[in-house]
Amino acid sequence: MKAFTYERAKSPAEAAAAVAGREGAKFIAGGTNLLDLMKLEIEAPTHLVDVQDLALDQIEETSDGGLRIGALVSNTALAAHPKVRKDYAVLTRAIVAGASGQLRNKATTAGNLLQRTRCPYFYDPNLPCNKRVPNSGCAAAEGFSRQLAVVGTSDKCIATYPGDMAIAMRVLDAVVETVTPDGKTRTIPMAEFHRLPGDKPWLDNTLGKGELIVSVRLPAPVGGQHFYQKVRDRRSYAFALVSVAAILNDDGTGRVAFGGVAHKPWRVEAAEALLPQGAGAVVAKAFEGASPTEHNKYKITLAERTLAGVIAEARS
Amino acid sequence: MKFDAPAGKNLFDNARIVGKSTRRIDGPLKVTGAAPYAYERHDVVPNQAYGWIVGAGIAKGRITAMDTSDAEAAPGVIAVLAAPKMQPVGSSNFNYAPLFGGSEVTHYHQAIACVVAETFEEARAAAAMIRTRYDRAEGNFDLEANKDAAPMSGEPKTRGDFDSAFASAPVTLDETYHTPGESHSMMEPHSTIASWQGDQLTLWTSNQMIDWAKNALASILGIEAANIRVDSPYLGGGFGGKLFVRADAVVAALAAKEAGRPVKIMLQRPLVANNTTHRQATIQRIRLGAQQDGKITAIAHENWSYNVPSGGSGETATAQTPVLYAGDNRYVAEYCAELDLPEGNAMRAPGEAPGHLALEVAIDELAEKLGMDPIALREVNEPGKTVPGQPQKEFSERNLVRCIKEGAQRFGWSARNAKPGLVRDGRYLVGMGMAAGFRGSPTMKSGARVKLAANGHITVETDMTDIGTGSYTIIAQTAAETMGVPLDHVTVELGDSLYPVSAGSGGQWGAASSTAGVYAACVALRRKIGEALGFDGDAATFADGNIVAGDATHALTDAGAMSAEDTIEFGKFQQDYSIGTYAAHFCEVAVDAYTGETHVRRMLSVCDSGRILNPLSARSQVIGAMVMSVGMALSEELAVDPRFGLFVNHDLAGYEVPVHADIQEQEVVFLDTLDPAVSPLKAKGVGELGICGPGAAIANAIYNATGIRVREYPLTLDKYLDRLPALV
Ligand SMILES: Cc1cc2nc3c(=O)[nH]c(=O)nc-3n(C[C@H](O)[C@H](O)[C@H](O)COP(=O)(O)OP(=O)(O)OC[C@H]3O[C@@H](n4cnc5c(N)ncnc54)[C@H](O)[C@@H]3O)c2cc1C
Ligand code: SF4
Repeated sequence: MKAFTYERAKSPAEAAAAVAGREGAKFIAGGTNLLDLMKLEIEAPTHLVDVQDLALDQIEETSDGGLRIGALVSNTALAAHPKVRKDYAVLTRAIVAGASGQLRNKATTAGNLLQRTRCPYFYDPNLPCNKRVPNSGCAAAEGFSRQLAVVGTSDKCIATYPGDMAIAMRVLDAVVETVTPDGKTRTIPMAEFHRLPGDKPWLDNTLGKGELIVSVRLPAPVGGQHFYQKVRDRRSYAFALVSVAAILNDDGTGRVAFGGVAHKPWRVEAAEALLPQGAGAVVAKAFEGASPTEHNKYKITLAERTLAGVIAEARS
Repeated sequence: MKFDAPAGKNLFDNARIVGKSTRRIDGPLKVTGAAPYAYERHDVVPNQAYGWIVGAGIAKGRITAMDTSDAEAAPGVIAVLAAPKMQPVGSSNFNYAPLFGGSEVTHYHQAIACVVAETFEEARAAAAMIRTRYDRAEGNFDLEANKDAAPMSGEPKTRGDFDSAFASAPVTLDETYHTPGESHSMMEPHSTIASWQGDQLTLWTSNQMIDWAKNALASILGIEAANIRVDSPYLGGGFGGKLFVRADAVVAALAAKEAGRPVKIMLQRPLVANNTTHRQATIQRIRLGAQQDGKITAIAHENWSYNVPSGGSGETATAQTPVLYAGDNRYVAEYCAELDLPEGNAMRAPGEAPGHLALEVAIDELAEKLGMDPIALREVNEPGKTVPGQPQKEFSERNLVRCIKEGAQRFGWSARNAKPGLVRDGRYLVGMGMAAGFRGSPTMKSGARVKLAANGHITVETDMTDIGTGSYTIIAQTAAETMGVPLDHVTVELGDSLYPVSAGSGGQWGAASSTAGVYAACVALRRKIGEALGFDGDAATFADGNIVAGDATHALTDAGAMSAEDTIEFGKFQQDYSIGTYAAHFCEVAVDAYTGETHVRRMLSVCDSGRILNPLSARSQVIGAMVMSVGMALSEELAVDPRFGLFVNHDLAGYEVPVHADIQEQEVVFLDTLDPAVSPLKAKGVGELGICGPGAAIANAIYNATGIRVREYPLTLDKYLDRLPALV
């Protein structure tokens, strides 16, 4: 880990300006992802702006019947919130399917959205990785890739976005609310928040330099039955091979997003429109143009089977 | 004491303490965090500096340049050791891959530099500033690709005429099974504090075999063994990964010399898989021929594994095959390829653990071909009193069939549907499987010193280690029993090379051998006490702090303070016997019919290991081994990237070991048996037996649940998803 300086910001605007105004500065929230990466020097910020004193740890109802979740609300608190459990159960289920109790106590809503990939080559500084070192190559493309992405990939990177919470937020049409270094606010729909790797895989998302997440807004509840099914090699505790976040209505319609398959939560509206026709139709559409490797092509079958299980459960 | 003939009746047959479930005497220290593990021994020597090892970034080749100037100038840095500037250290009988020094790189993450600094953080930060250039060489990293070129190790074990028996057998099986490399992944990575005083070197470390470590270090560092002290009273697990001295110890010693002060090093987790040793992958071909009645007439087991070009054997997965089943015609052979992967070496039940994953699945497959219950098939092929093909070699004690029957009854085996794929529980396909288990029970010479204090307190000193297994407690039990004092009048001091040399912990020999050594020392002390007080120590009864000798009764304290030392030596007669441990393992799984995820619902192991010295900690050993078996069967795999020649998933996020939440019901039953051929305590090990078979039982249960046979471990869902029942 490289030595760094540290400050605790007093207001969102001050925090944003502090990061924007300094080369190599970064926010730190729970630290559960950033510190691990700093120990391996995969991230090497020279200055950390700690956001924990910003009063962003509230969950409030919005005027349109939705919820505004402060950026610092812990994963534990968010999952346990009565209104989330009642009206946004897919979110609770996704959060508790992730990490461990200890980590969720520390992990924040914003930090969780920004957690970095778990591609094994990203974690080994001796090996080429475009995400870690721009234009150094991608060791995974022809390597050990059974955990990696099958759709929306590029020849520069086949990493996944590894998280769970964001998959549920995507299916809920959440909106990320930010403060930019000039003190202005901005909203980014979840659909546009995470990027595809394209030719700049080192960029995970569409936040600007110094842009601070202050909250995530959930629109009014949409009803339906909520599911989050996460499939993994170690059933208790592991990143998803594939996950399915779904909200299914009695008439067979609904919404579905997939985790563990792409560089972002993978939701294709034209595919979910096919839900009444069953999992096969949805997955065929959602994974149109997929370019899996020999190691990870099973993920498409797995996505279909997992969704089929969810649909069967909804019907029973 | 010489153990030259099977034990007759002795004091352990009326034991009050040995054989009774006893809480770990070191338990309070461990649960309060007060047990001194190597890296936390802040009090043993002042002025400790921190070392951080840099691992090679290539698997094979040469270092052409190493720039340490930034690291040397970094804050807090005391010394930088650069391998290219140093002579390669020596080797020992126990390591093949080079440990440090020179420009040659023979495996990924080989230690190539070490930074010593005032703080851990400074050492780590400076280490990242070292810039190394390499000249990369081509290497061989792929077992499958190098299999056919692998030479045979030793001679094949043959009997009768396998080829014709197999050709003429009415029912045959010919299948190949793959097991992956595995990492010990113990909780405590390898760690050492090294300190020099003149030419005297002390290492506070984490090592299973103190005397081996001391002698290996002498030859690696080129110094006198007499000048080395190794101390390792507590280990956070080893599983064979700490049988031998690794880079942490060697580099700490070199760094302490260079820095002129004590240096402590713990291998960072991402280095453990590639820097240290691992269990090698295997490819196993099994051919079985049987008569319609199930009698096996032909068995061939061929195993391909690998090790580094400089030496070592492969993972000898055929180890159980000559012993487990009868069968007149046999062919058993081992092949060992040379690969440029990290060194392979012992991991819990080396050989047998992956061997059972193949053999015990093959037997299950054969049972199905024969239309027989796998239990009945095993009974039909149970050998007689002697090892198949070795009519002179008797089984000292073998109760495999009893294990199987007892297990079947307890587990409810009769409820199993022999036709696979038919039992449904909601979205799950449910199945049961079983496997037999065998692991040898070797013994090793083991010494101890026993001290009697004036107040009657007993202290045992031996360089035996407790790697989490419970050695402290069984040694205390043995001494308390033999000296006739309550358990809390015994103190046990372990793991210090200043103490008498013991068997150490490995190969499932530790418990049987070290308790016998402690018994020998106690007997010597009893004789000494007898001499002092005028009676025959062997004939007297030591109980309740008193000694009854003939008509006289003495208090133990009458003897005053004294001590005695002895070593148990196991006689050649043991070679006339096959001394082994046996088990039957049962398992029930539920496989998600949609996703293919396997849930292990219930496991049972019934073990035949002679006298169980402490049923409580023995049970923990078997439970732990069963958990490790779940990992072997379902998730653990060192993934080789043959382009770069490394294990890619070298942290605990990528290498998935089962955790508590993965484990549901586990039960362990010990048969009430005694093995007089093994030691005066008639006790054998269990710690490795527990990993010989449960993985195969899981595989067989998955087959019974789904009707899908996967012969490539770990049995991850991607290998059979497309063969699961179609979606409706
Ligand atoms: C062992 C382990 C297992 C895990 N398993 C899972 C799992 O199964 N599923 C899962 O979803 N996750 C898992 N995680 C990831 C975990 O959810 C994340 O580490 C956590 O959510 C990150 O939150 P944090 O507050 O600690 O973020 P930090 O580590 O503090 O920050 C993460 C990133 O977010 C940035 N950041 C933080 N706050 C803001 C803000 N307000 N505005 C802008 N940028 C900000 C930081 O600069 C940093 O780049 C696991 C983590 C570990 C260590
Ligand atoms: S897939 Fe992406 S993260 Fe992984 S090695 Fe390639 S560039 Fe790096």
